[in-house]
Amino acid sequence: MSTRMFGARVERNVDPKLLRGEGAFVDDIPLPEALHVAFLRSPHARARMRGLDAAAAMRHPGVVAIYTCDDIGALDVEMPLLIPHPSMTNPQTQRPLARGDVHYVGQTIAMVVAVDRYTAEDAAAMIEVDYDPLPVEMDLEKALLDGAPPVHAAVPNNLAAHFVQTSGDPEGAFRGAEHVTRITVQVDRSTAAPMECRAVAARWDAVSGELTVWDGTQAPISVRGGLASVFQLDEDKVRVIAPDVGGGFGQKVLLFYPDELLVPMAAMRLGRPVKYIEDRRENFIGSSQERTQIHTIELAALKTGEVIGLRDVFLHDTGAFIPYGIAVAQVASTSIAGPYRIPNIFVEFKAVYTPTVQVTPYRGCGRPQACFAIERAMDQLAEELGLDRFEIRRRNLIGENQFPYEREGLLFADGLKVTLDSGQYARALGMAAAEVGAGDFTAAQAKALSEGRYLGLGLACYVEGTGLGPYEGGHVKIHPITGKVYVNTGLSNQGQGHDTVFAQIVADQLGVSPQDVIVVEGDTKAFDWGVATFASRAAVVSGNAIHKTAITVRNKVLQAAANMLDVDIDSIELRDSAAWVKGSNRFVPLAAIATASNPLRYAFNKAAQAATQFAPASKHDGPPLAEGQAPGLEATDYYSPSQSTWAYGVHAAIIEVDPGLCTVKIRKYVCIHDCGNMINPMIVEGQVLGGIAQGIGGALYEHLDYQPDGNLANASLMDFLVPYATEIPNISILHLETPSPLNPLGVKGVGEAGCIAVGAVIASGVEDALRSLGAPKFHHVPLSPDMISGALAQAGH
Amino acid sequence: MTRTMKPASADRSADATVDVALTVNGETVRRTVSVRMLLSDFLRHELGLTGTHVGCEHGVCGCCTVLIDGKPGRACLTLAAQANGYSIRTIESVAAADGTLHPVQQAFKECHGLQCGYCTPGMVMNIVGRFEEPQALDLSDDGIRELLSGNLCRCTGYLNIIAAVRRAAELLGRT
Ligand code: FES
Ligand code: FES
Repeated sequence: MSTRMFGARVERNVDPKLLRGEGAFVDDIPLPEALHVAFLRSPHARARMRGLDAAAAMRHPGVVAIYTCDDIGALDVEMPLLIPHPSMTNPQTQRPLARGDVHYVGQTIAMVVAVDRYTAEDAAAMIEVDYDPLPVEMDLEKALLDGAPPVHAAVPNNLAAHFVQTSGDPEGAFRGAEHVTRITVQVDRSTAAPMECRAVAARWDAVSGELTVWDGTQAPISVRGGLASVFQLDEDKVRVIAPDVGGGFGQKVLLFYPDELLVPMAAMRLGRPVKYIEDRRENFIGSSQERTQIHTIELAALKTGEVIGLRDVFLHDTGAFIPYGIAVAQVASTSIAGPYRIPNIFVEFKAVYTPTVQVTPYRGCGRPQACFAIERAMDQLAEELGLDRFEIRRRNLIGENQFPYEREGLLFADGLKVTLDSGQYARALGMAAAEVGAGDFTAAQAKALSEGRYLGLGLACYVEGTGLGPYEGGHVKIHPITGKVYVNTGLSNQGQGHDTVFAQIVADQLGVSPQDVIVVEGDTKAFDWGVATFASRAAVVSGNAIHKTAITVRNKVLQAAANMLDVDIDSIELRDSAAWVKGSNRFVPLAAIATASNPLRYAFNKAAQAATQFAPASKHDGPPLAEGQAPGLEATDYYSPSQSTWAYGVHAAIIEVDPGLCTVKIRKYVCIHDCGNMINPMIVEGQVLGGIAQGIGGALYEHLDYQPDGNLANASLMDFLVPYATEIPNISILHLETPSPLNPLGVKGVGEAGCIAVGAVIASGVEDALRSLGAPKFHHVPLSPDMISGALAQAGH
Repeated sequence: MTRTMKPASADRSADATVDVALTVNGETVRRTVSVRMLLSDFLRHELGLTGTHVGCEHGVCGCCTVLIDGKPGRACLTLAAQANGYSIRTIESVAAADGTLHPVQQAFKECHGLQCGYCTPGMVMNIVGRFEEPQALDLSDDGIRELLSGNLCRCTGYLNIIAAVRRAAELLGRT
């Protein structure tokens, strides 16, 4: 291979296996004699349990064990607070099985283990619990008032955290403003809804003392550490494998969900493999959710449209527990100024407990909410100042020569100062305007209107801090028999194509085909230094770690090949899985170099003969392996980013609204985005498209419908509306590639980019479409037909 | 390659049972199963054909789509007992015996029509089933969207799957 693989549209290595149905997801792992778990879950949002009777359930044929909080020994404690932060006044985390009180519908109360899932569910339904229901307050604002029913008896006003950050002199900016605009916007609760629900299986080997856990998690290494500590096992005796995982989107990065502890516990106690395969209803009422925030944002502006100050005060719904700390709210608060200069910023949030499923990051992690707030405010400011929506943005975007652009005083989710590192923001905006046809749009809109059709143009810009630390590693090894290259890192993969993009990075350094690079991750026995897959960080952090490692291995290959071919290093080139003397047909295959680099005693094959002690190649002074030298062609290295690297983009759309039916159709959708150098544009586009589809879901359809009593009314895919192909329009994606100056590959993350701007784009477009009908406003997503009809009614229609 | 089926298991619940005989991927299968066992569980756990995935168990996501006497159907809404006498085809039967991808699978690979791959077997079975029908398919954008409208995918945003259907039609000479 002499063509560069970095940047090429390489088809994915993993696809044939998945396409043939040979993927190995957790429930596909053959575990003979496995027992199955079902949970008894709370039907009340708040209640005190007076008693529980599992006797009948225990007698049910096929039931092997039933556990309540009284039966789980040392596990009967609050689970970890993963990301502590001083702003949290009353951090509450969940117990694996409820003790005394329940705090949301779906909370786990008892675990049944039986010969199959059908039997386990029957038995769970036979457990009698005596509840004293308690009052609940589902409204975020009212939950904070004195006397509101508490989610936790010990937490007054349901206040989980309160945090203020300031950059520059916001008060001065508002004093000097020529115009102030202010709006309140809301984004509703949604959920990741990965197509594979969560799943955990465990096997305890009493002979070797080894616990093996298959967990569809985004963080196998962290889960391994937690399990070793909870069960007091040596870390080497715990192996956590995240096999194929059917989508994650953040939901699978929490540790721990109750099952992640209880399933291994049951496997250890019962001496048989145990598995828990979450069903769809449980995914809705038991696995993390995100999004609800209510922002009141004010912009202090000059008549020119230049925004000199921003004040944003918001409420963040954290659900019944706050295991992931304030991460979501903090990301929202530090992304609030978007790609705009706005030098003076005040952000304040309160995180509020509500008796609902806990909130932890879901793809976007606070960014869609921040984007919705600032972009809707920019639209309103433009309207009030009589400026074009593109123009007001153009006047405020950070210029190319202003990077790095620091927001002194704002700390990002990695604890480091927000510093936007690079970009061509204005160019992206111009491209979006051209691609969506902004120039001709006013005429097209007027013509459509004359035909009774309501067209609107929607627009939003976003930024995304990506590639969070602390670090990841890479291990690269050339196999002496096949010459294939083995690569490991500490992540797990939920469909992002790590196996292919990491292979491309390595292929370029070692002159092999990406198909000959075998990436193994998601298994603590393969590589166990690292953190997890989250925050659009895989390509940035693991990608650069692997890149650095591959360079080290390349240098080893060159040195060894130069010795074997008896030429200078500079005369060697690596291609087609071999080292060649440039301009000649003399070469030595990588496999042979790898074999020769490993001093051997036994000539187990032909290549190995050359590496044994009496072979001429081994003749030199000193020991066969020189001091400080390692056998083979192998290296391990790490990459730890100095700060996040900021991707960005501009989305625009043409929206058609039918004011009679109150339906919204996306006629055209345009995405300009920049994630630095692209390793594989095909995979980048896949990530962006998937993100936009989720964004469309969040903009128009996906709303978790919690009732006043705390029950979730739409805990099924029948009622919670995830878009089908029929809801997703054609989308045109245009790339910009501004290399990140912060890492050797010049890459930025892309995992979350697609979803961030969509809500703002749709609301902006719907508002524009209906402007002629008395300017109804849209400050709330998902934007339902009800909201459109309500807004039209308010405008007198 | 996981083409072989698992032998009958001894570990059963106390449920009433029923004998079933059906054809799965061309082989005759006889088993005694719980009367309430879903076809999806039967395929996955009794036969070890785990390529058929389960995303909702209420007939909405299409992950469990298999061909029942040649027609795409939901294995999660079908009882194993109901499949008695029928012929079922699962994703494991689609590629050639040597692993060569079927044109629909090949098209998914070329068009990056899958990410996590969890929805993929259901998508592929649905599309394969539809291509096997004698009548011409509507391969306009909207026609393909309609064709895919029984399958959810949370990763891809569908556009590459739409492209894959069109590419598959090309590979199959069905344009
Ligand atoms: S699992 Fe059958 S339709 Fe979802
Ligand atoms: S590829 Fe993941 S759900 Fe479709």
